[in-house]
Amino acid sequence: MAAHRCNIVVLAFVLCGLTYVFVTADIQDTNNVKDDESGAVDSAPKTNIGASLQSTKTEDQTQATEEERQWEATKAETNPADAPSDNKADHVHDTIQNPDSTPTPPAKDQTQEAAEEERQWEATEVKEADHVPVTMQTPDVPPPTPAKDQFQEELVIRPLHSGDIYASFQFRTLWDTDFLRGSKVSHYRLFPKSLGQVISKFSVRELHISFTQGYWRTMQWGQPFLPSPPGAELWVWFQDTVTDVDGAWKELTNVLSGIFCASLNFIDSTNTVQPSASFKPLGLGNVTDQRFLRYAVLPREIVCTENLTPWKKLLPCGSKAGLAVLMKSEKLFHSSFHSQALHFRPVCQDWKCKSTVWELRQTLNVVFDLHTSGQGKREWSLFKMFSRTLTEACPLASSSKVYVDVTDNPQGELFELSPTTPLLSQAVVLGDRRTYSVYDLTNQATFGQTRSLNMLLRWRAAESGDMLRPLLHGERYVAGYGLQTGEIHTLMYNNHPYRAFPVLLLETVPWYLRLYIHTLTVTSKGRDNKPSYIHYQPSKDRLRPHLLEMLVQMPPNSVTEVTVQFERALLKWTEYTPDPNHGFYVGSSVISALVPSVVAMDTNSTRECPLFSSFFPCKEESSYFMRVYTEPLLVNLPTPDFSMPYNVICLTCTVVAVGYGSLYNLLTRNFQVEEPSPGLAKRLANIIRRLRGVPLL
Amino acid sequence: MAAPLTLLLIVAVTIRAVLFRSSLAELIPERVEVVSPLNAWKRVVEGLALLDLGVSPYAGDVFHETPLIIYLFHFVIDYAEIVFMIADALTAVALYLAVKGYNKTVFRKQKYTLEAERYPLDCLELIHTPKEMYYIPLKVAMFYLLNPFTILSCVAKSTCGLNNAVTALFILCTVKGSALMSAIFLALATYQSIYPLTLFAPALLYLLQRLYIPVNWQRSSFWLFTMQYAFMYLGSLWVMVCLSFFLLSSWDFLSSVYGFILCVPDLTPNIGLFWYFFAEMFEHFRLFFICVFQINVFFYTIPLSIKLKEHPFFLIFMQIAVISIFKSYPTVGDIALYMAFLPAWNHLYRFLRNIFLVSVVLLACSALFPVLWHLWIYAGSANSNFYYAITLLFNVAQILLVSDYFYAYLRREHHLTHGLYLKRKDGSEATLVLK
Repeated sequence: MAAHRCNIVVLAFVLCGLTYVFVTADIQDTNNVKDDESGAVDSAPKTNIGASLQSTKTEDQTQATEEERQWEATKAETNPADAPSDNKADHVHDTIQNPDSTPTPPAKDQTQEAAEEERQWEATEVKEADHVPVTMQTPDVPPPTPAKDQFQEELVIRPLHSGDIYASFQFRTLWDTDFLRGSKVSHYRLFPKSLGQVISKFSVRELHISFTQGYWRTMQWGQPFLPSPPGAELWVWFQDTVTDVDGAWKELTNVLSGIFCASLNFIDSTNTVQPSASFKPLGLGNVTDQRFLRYAVLPREIVCTENLTPWKKLLPCGSKAGLAVLMKSEKLFHSSFHSQALHFRPVCQDWKCKSTVWELRQTLNVVFDLHTSGQGKREWSLFKMFSRTLTEACPLASSSKVYVDVTDNPQGELFELSPTTPLLSQAVVLGDRRTYSVYDLTNQATFGQTRSLNMLLRWRAAESGDMLRPLLHGERYVAGYGLQTGEIHTLMYNNHPYRAFPVLLLETVPWYLRLYIHTLTVTSKGRDNKPSYIHYQPSKDRLRPHLLEMLVQMPPNSVTEVTVQFERALLKWTEYTPDPNHGFYVGSSVISALVPSVVAMDTNSTRECPLFSSFFPCKEESSYFMRVYTEPLLVNLPTPDFSMPYNVICLTCTVVAVGYGSLYNLLTRNFQVEEPSPGLAKRLANIIRRLRGVPLL
Repeated sequence: MAAPLTLLLIVAVTIRAVLFRSSLAELIPERVEVVSPLNAWKRVVEGLALLDLGVSPYAGDVFHETPLIIYLFHFVIDYAEIVFMIADALTAVALYLAVKGYNKTVFRKQKYTLEAERYPLDCLELIHTPKEMYYIPLKVAMFYLLNPFTILSCVAKSTCGLNNAVTALFILCTVKGSALMSAIFLALATYQSIYPLTLFAPALLYLLQRLYIPVNWQRSSFWLFTMQYAFMYLGSLWVMVCLSFFLLSSWDFLSSVYGFILCVPDLTPNIGLFWYFFAEMFEHFRLFFICVFQINVFFYTIPLSIKLKEHPFFLIFMQIAVISIFKSYPTVGDIALYMAFLPAWNHLYRFLRNIFLVSVVLLACSALFPVLWHLWIYAGSANSNFYYAITLLFNVAQILLVSDYFYAYLRREHHLTHGLYLKRKDGSEATLVLK
């Protein structure tokens, strides 16, 4: 009954939306938001929220053009460059969201091969080659003046080829403060105070934390915007002024454990590593000394409502307004994949990058399986996914947008999206050129007359189009039988038809699986593929895990298999988990790579583009940074019998006592001729005789 | 005598060579009875691989060999099989010569006593005859080389074989009366695995006996020789430890080798008593029981030395046996070493009380180890208690074996002074009891 009512409501929304579209077509035509201008918007001094909102609108309208379909042309290319010299970078995802907020560093030459310079290879930074729109709009807007704290929110919805829906929320808070120079920060506007205090107390330079429930199926779903391993992942770069990094890390994990109601306090030296190359700072700064890095994964962490609530509380609007109203936990956790993350890092304040601001990026990624739960009907709407609709943007947000991926549906033959929006945005994300319909929530017209936005997408075709195979993906499993030894197999697929590229593999294996590094083999296409760089830190029992990092060149269109043998340790009975026969989790291995762009694969150029632009490798020809997490492993260990510690202590001590007793007997006694002992009657008689004083028998 | 020994060596080497080439060569090194975390060949290779990667082998908790082993196998890694076969042959030859030398002294002493007519008359049947003594050294060598335990240990390339060779050379040097070489080999054995430290006492007693210096606290000659021997021993130990330090220029190996032996952090199942006991131990009693169990090895040295001060060679046997039973990571290779001495005590056979039972139990346990291991680890139809029960039984059998030999030795000595057929006061046949 309730479902039926819901359908009616949805239908009403759709109808309202459609009428609204027709009525307000003119207004929308004049409404387009270009990212160049959003920079200008930000330049408006935000003394109060109302003023900022007002300025946004006026700016938007003044910049309106007459084109009916306005491309929000953010042709951005993300490229890694060498790490230590040039760190003014931003992550790939920035480019979709807000390319101009982090200004471009000078484009660096990208021809260097990773194998040459392993240290510099790691693609922690991303070159944003160009932000000049491809359409003829050269921004005449002046570079944005330094802004105070800012908040932006967005939601990207991508229909996946498997029929699932991928929704990705991103909230970005910029914090213009200088807590490092000893100035005590006591005033917080948009930045969450609970986090700000922690960060300044522990001198954190970068903090990345993610809680994930479920495993991202790369082969079915493609690449996520922000990859994360199942369970909890935490990696932190401390400031180089921190002297006791381990102490700070220990305290920090405990504090974060409190903030997020998670078991991060189980992070200790046995699951913390310092990767030498896989996790480089994503923000500004050129400290790459791994002494200040700590990385830990808790693959067993269960993510649920109690983790979501504190996460939502960090948002300036909480879950009261804006996109965060959609986050109802009973819907979010009824999904195939749920991942919430928080990334804190220093970024440039303006394009000149004279000063830094701190960026807090909160992301939440969900994959809904609406196909199986929707009785075979392939359609979705915001209401169906989140059981809420959007009614307003967060009043504190300088930008609030919803993007729907319509790349596979240029002519609307695959699905039907309503209400339609005239705004389209194109971005190169993860090496692929994508087109998005954009709904700007700061614009009242988006909501229509019903004052609520409920997008609805109805599939027309039974089958969605072919998905481009992800160029890189990884798998992992444990081979062998029995509880004595085993072998970890990590498979890395390079699906690129003709380009080889190097990948960096990071494996963290707990100490109770004793790795034998001499059994390490790396094979691609049946041949031995010697890694050009291996960083191996062996484990110490009950102290630290194994860390194995290596750089492997993957031939085109091949599978690279990394195997290493291990031995399963017998632990003390108190070291087992409460359900020891369930097994022990081994965190995902991390594959970091510079993957050649998919766009670059398009050499025969069926796309309509000018011939003069397509001969030499253009900026899209280069590669982008990608991180892939494999499955975590579940490994069984031999177990003692937990029910009989007393018995074992007694029995073993008995055996030792047998040894002691027999030796003691022989050591302390001498051989003597045995004198026959008198019989019992005689002995009794003797006792009586002794009492009587009579001579003995 | 050289010809049978050569033949024996050829047979032994052939068996090993065949096994090295067979499919068993992959199976045997995985057996927990044959290799322990201390001496597994896999771990030696791992240590060398770590060294190649530029990581200190002692940075992890896989490699627990001494730096000299690294140094040795750094050069002969490709000839490891030959090295282990040579080590076994060396052990056998050293034991052969040692027992031969010992028998000579025994025979001489027996001759003097006979000539002095100090044996009771009815004890003549207890006296060694040259005929039975003639084959004892060969039997000892055979017991070592053809013992399945030794063969398994060698095929698994367990470094236990090398330790046995060092110990055997130490015994040889001691029997031959070379104090310096004896001290050096004893130091080497101690350096390899702390426990042979307890062999210091029997070696000293043996050398004193050889030099006719009575064990007397008042005598300066006793102290002089003791100090001399201790100085040689500690000096060579010091040299080895320093040499190890200079090989890797770090002291990490001390905690990684000796700390590992003494603290028993690795609870991989083996045939000893430690692993399951400490897997099931309550955490706050752990240190106490580790001390108790480790003291157990060293504890018997002084009382045994006092009791057997006239018989240091038997004391060596007792000490090796006690070490191999109570050490923290025992393997069958350790057992093989003391079992090799059993033919030397052939003459005690008539006084052994339960040799049949003990040998049956030992055989049954040896057969049951792989069976119960399979049931626990692979089939999943048994649990750890099954394997543990077998280790208990195996150790009880070993303890009974050793104490039985000890009993028999003491009893024979008693009979040699008091006569074989003892009579009670009333003239009836007496039974001998310990009191």
